[in-house]
This record gives sequence, structure tokens and C-alpha cells, in this order.
Amino acid sequence: MSEWWTYSLQDFLLFSPKTWHRLLELYNRELWPAQLVALAAGVVILALAARGGRHGRTVAALLGLGWAWVAWAFHHERYATINWAATWFAAAFAIEALLLTWWGVLRGQVQFERPAIAHRRIGLLLFGFAVLVQPLIGPLAGRSWVEAQVFGLAPDPTVVATLGLLLAMTDGPRWRLLAIPLLWCAVGGAFHWAMGASDALVMPLAGLVTVCVAAARHDATRTRPTRPSV
Amino acid sequence: MNRVRTARRRAFLRNLLAAAAGMVVSSPARTQSAQVRTRAIPSSGEALPVVGLGSWITFNVGHDRVARDACAEVMRAFFDAGGRLVDSSPMYGSSQEVIGYGLAKLGMPPQVFSADKVWIGSGGRGPAQIEKSRASWNVSRFDLLQVHNLLAWQEHLPTLLAMKAAGRLRYIGITTSEGRRHAEVEKIMRSEPIDFVQISYNVLDRDVEDRILPLARDRGIAVIVNRPFREGALLAHVARHPLPRWASEIDCASWAQFILKFIVSHSAVTCAIPATTRVDHVRENMAAARGRLPDEPMRRRMADFVHRL
Repeated sequence: MSEWWTYSLQDFLLFSPKTWHRLLELYNRELWPAQLVALAAGVVILALAARGGRHGRTVAALLGLGWAWVAWAFHHERYATINWAATWFAAAFAIEALLLTWWGVLRGQVQFERPAIAHRRIGLLLFGFAVLVQPLIGPLAGRSWVEAQVFGLAPDPTVVATLGLLLAMTDGPRWRLLAIPLLWCAVGGAFHWAMGASDALVMPLAGLVTVCVAAARHDATRTRPTRPSV
Repeated sequence: MNRVRTARRRAFLRNLLAAAAGMVVSSPARTQSAQVRTRAIPSSGEALPVVGLGSWITFNVGHDRVARDACAEVMRAFFDAGGRLVDSSPMYGSSQEVIGYGLAKLGMPPQVFSADKVWIGSGGRGPAQIEKSRASWNVSRFDLLQVHNLLAWQEHLPTLLAMKAAGRLRYIGITTSEGRRHAEVEKIMRSEPIDFVQISYNVLDRDVEDRILPLARDRGIAVIVNRPFREGALLAHVARHPLPRWASEIDCASWAQFILKFIVSHSAVTCAIPATTRVDHVRENMAAARGRLPDEPMRRRMADFVHRL
């Protein structure tokens, strides 16, 4: 793309806000009452992650399923009809689903233990926000309930919930699992900003919180004194 | 090069004939359309109404049946008002399919002038993209194919020229928008046998008046004007102020007509392509193709007035 500096974010918006909201509305109407199932799954995941123990594989499997569903049902089947870039979004979400399956289900690397340390609390709060609060933001901003984005079915809350769970992991987040969700925070934020949405800052802020907490934990782990050998 | 010059001479003669003929009725014998102002395509003399229909953003509605039907109604109103040229691109998401849906629903209006684009970085993949676009429109062939934003134009133009020579395409062109790459546009206009150039132009964005529009006139190249309302921003800006009373001297009843009449009153402009999702807006736009057009003093007055807002 030549003279790229002459383009604004709006130049990359291929459709009107009205079309985007209609897409969400039609998607939700087609899936109803799957939103209730997704919400219940979100609460179950939150409970399992909060309880700790041997539930990491179940949580990773459910999360991977959500990413796979969003990749196929939302990005590939619906969003790609108005945005050719959504084919790439579908591929990215499918890759994240595979990564979660590989690291979390097959290798058992997604684990949650109970100590109430800060990153874990923030992670679970972020997850709870994605499942219980994020679907309300649209209606609170004056949009219709039928356009609400729900965890496991729509991209934004699925991404924020994943960031939360990755922060809450015992060993801290794996950057390889964080990369795609963080990229989506940037893409989603830019997209909502271009549309003039009042909640455009939600995704970038979620990404920023994740990066800060993950970086702080990373530093703490590196500076922790090693136990002297006897 | 001789072939190009000969074509230009023929085009010039056809232009003279077309200009002498003045306004040409090109659409069905409806009362409204009978008064639609047209301009000749320099390379053929074929008359085109000075207001067309763009599809950027507005027709990208995906599989939403309600929205598709609304777009079809916009197209119906456009054709009923005497419109012909509909413009799209593979870059515009589902717009091509939606146009195809609308055309099928309206029974493939014979007056449609199908203008599309090729937009892909690889010249080798151009023909496949063009064929996919044609299938989306469900037309037997395109009237006009343009190289979108000059993307890989060196590779695509030979393809388009070959299609035209084989009778599988009537006109070829290039496009740019918002003032980008004008030097390259000029170079192509001077060296390649294109029929159309598509650029951005409105009462505030007038760079093309210096070189591109005079060059188009000299070279016998038709000019399509995109983003006449700056994607609505210009209309939103001026709409806060009342339309000046003297706008009635050029038969303007709205700001949209004011802006469109400024554009199409430039003698080098063939057609402006505003996009809309609303039937009342498309009718309002098409009304700019009727009645009096501003002369040069009035054009200056219009530009000065909008600058001061």
C-alpha cells in the first residue's frame, strides 16, 4: 500500500456501524438460546479456575472450544461476508484454539492453584468482567440487547476472558498463548474507534492490563532469590 | 502509440458529435429520466447520466436480506430516475453480490452501465478475480473495468486491453482516491489508452482541477468522481448551515444537489458517483442531474461560500 500515511482508520472500515450491529443482531437471533449455554459455561469455567486443583484441562478445552466456535461461526461464516480480512481473523482464532488445546489439554500446562496472589485475582476479575459485564456494555451504551457480545460466541468477550484466565494461571501467562488475544485487543480497539463506538477503549485497556500484570509477574519471577543448595 | 493517437482522433470527433447533440436520453422513456443531463464518454460518444451510484460501504451488507432489499430499492429508485452507472469493487466486501441481487430482483434493467474494478496484487490472478466479480453481478460482461487504486496496474492493464479487444469489455480505466498518487495517474493518462479515470473531487478538494481534469479533457478520457461528499463528512459539515437562497438559481433544493452540481458542472467531469442506503437520498442525488448547472462565476461563488462555512 503506497502513501500509507495518508490513510486513516476510517479508510479501513468497509461497512457502516449499522451493518455491524445488524450482523451481531442476526447472529444472536440465529443462535438463541445458545447465549444462555455460553453464559453458564463461563460461570462454570470461573468456578473451576477459582477452585483450583485438577481442572486446567477442562478449562482449556472449554476455552479452546469457544475460540474454535468464534473462528468458524462468527468470523468465517458471518463476519467474512462484509470484511474480507475476517478470513484471516478466523485463521488466527483457529490457531489460538489449537494452541489452547495443545498446551492446555494435551500437555496439561494450563493449571490453576489457590494461593490468592495478585495476578490470579486480577485474572479472575478480568474473566468475570468478560463473562458477566462485557455483554452489558453495548446495551448500557444505548445499543440493543440483541446485539450483545457474549463470551464463547463473540470475539471480544472471548478474548478478554482468555486474557483473564491466562493471567490467573499458576505459572503465569505463556506469551505464546497471549500473542493472538493481545493482537485482537489492538485490532478490536482500532475497529471500534474507527466506528466511533463509545466503548472503544475496553479492548485496548484489557490488553494493557494484561501486559502490565504479565510483565510485573515476569519480573517478580526473575528477581526471586533462588534457594541455596544444602 | 499511433493506435492510441488514431483512437483519440476518433474519440475527439465523436465528442464533437455528442456535444452537438447536447443532452441525450439514454434510459427508458420516463418523464423524470427524459430530463437527465448526460455527458459523452470521450472514447465512444456514448452518453452517461452525470450522476451515478457508488457502492463503497453502503452496499456492503452481507447476507442480511432486509438490508439487501433496501439496497435493491435504492437501485430501483436510481434507475427510475434515469441513472445508469453503478460502480463497485472486489474490495467492497459483499457490495458486488448485493448489486447482483438487486439487478436480479429488478429484472436486469437494460440501461445499467456496470463499472467494476480489479483489485489484486498479482496480475496473474486478475482474470480469476474479474470472473468472480462478473459472476457476483450476474452480468454477461462489464461495461467498464478499472484498476483499483493503481494496484499492479502494469500487470492488469494488458489483461483489460486484451479483454476489450476481444469484445469482453467495453471500457477500461484506473482509479485513485483522496488525492493519492496523482503523478502516477497523470503518467498513465499520458501513456496508456484508457477510457476512464476515477478520482476524488468536490468543492473543497480541488487539486485535480490543476492538472488531472485538464489532462483528461485533452486526452479524451472520461472522468468518474468518487467520494463527492467526503463519505458524508462534507454534507454533515455544510448541513449545519442553511442553503443559500441563490442556490435556487441553479435549481438546487438541497446541499447534496449543491455539492453534486458543483462537481458535474466541470466540463471534464463525466459522472459523479455518490453512494447511499436511502431511496430519498438517491432521488435527491439524481435531481442534481436535472435543471441548470452553474457557470464559472457561479462555481467560484459556490466554492467561496463553502470555504467560509
